[in-house]
Amino acid sequence: MKSLAELQALREEMKNKIGIRHDSDTGIRIVVGMATCGIAAGARPVLAAFTDEVAKRGLTHVSVGQTGCIGICQYEPVVEVYEPGKEKVTYVKVTPEMVPTIVSQHIVNGSPVTEYTIGASGAKA
Amino acid sequence: MMQELSLNVLDVAENSVRAGATLIEITVEEDTAADLLAITIADNGKGMTEEQVRQVTDPFFTTRTTRRVGLGVPFFKMAAELSGGGLQIRSQPGKGTVVTARFGLGSIDRMPLGDMEGTIRTLVQGSPGIDFVYTRRLDGRELRMDTREFRRVLGEGIPLDDPQVLGFLEEYLRENTRELLHPGTETAEEERA
Repeated sequence: MKSLAELQALREEMKNKIGIRHDSDTGIRIVVGMATCGIAAGARPVLAAFTDEVAKRGLTHVSVGQTGCIGICQYEPVVEVYEPGKEKVTYVKVTPEMVPTIVSQHIVNGSPVTEYTIGASGAKA
Repeated sequence: MMQELSLNVLDVAENSVRAGATLIEITVEEDTAADLLAITIADNGKGMTEEQVRQVTDPFFTTRTTRRVGLGVPFFKMAAELSGGGLQIRSQPGKGTVVTARFGLGSIDRMPLGDMEGTIRTLVQGSPGIDFVYTRRLDGRELRMDTREFRRVLGEGIPLDDPQVLGFLEEYLRENTRELLHPGTETAEEERA
């Protein structure tokens, strides 16, 4: 069973790596809507999936955050990606299954996954 | 409407964050003999006046100015009442707020508790500057997680929202929850209330 002694060990292990996290305003920000509407639509596992995927790939220039309701509750879970110098990309009705694709195609390779964006969704709705 | 009670907790605890709390205590207590599940969210935020406490269960009351609907507390109240329980709010301006929801544990209309560990992880991740105490009790036994203890071990320089720390926190909660619910069965599939 996990105890705080193991946290102590983790701390020792992490000490050496402190400082490699880049300044957040030069990096990419992924923001998940976590108001009542987002949570009810399934935002919690989506947030966890982004956090895990970013950590797994060691993307230290990428931060994953939470925000409130941005007023398009019918499209939740909504995820916004802010990249310095580029237009914001809004993904809608996001599921944890979509997360690896968004991270590899968009966050790593710089090409937004158009079919998951609000533009594509709005056209179909 | 939420699908699990843990999602209501995530949503309602966010009110404590916005109330400027520095400490949020979340307690989930199952008492099989009394057929009771009680969930308490207590904070030391700015609190509410008596009038605000009355208004807060009204879906058409919110302190936000962007929209006029606030469904977080009404959803939680509805979930409690559906199971034969209810919701109580005690608050004092400047002191904080305590929200308590009671559920009929065995009621067929009670939503499952769901992923409380995921909720706590999400709350810590969203507000790494706030301290959280999570207690889960089952018939008198309990598990307790206090982020102040985590901070003490981590020391300066390692924030609670570091992905590795969050991963540890979640595993810590999952393993200890499993041990609480199924003592001695380390490998047993975790069952949730």
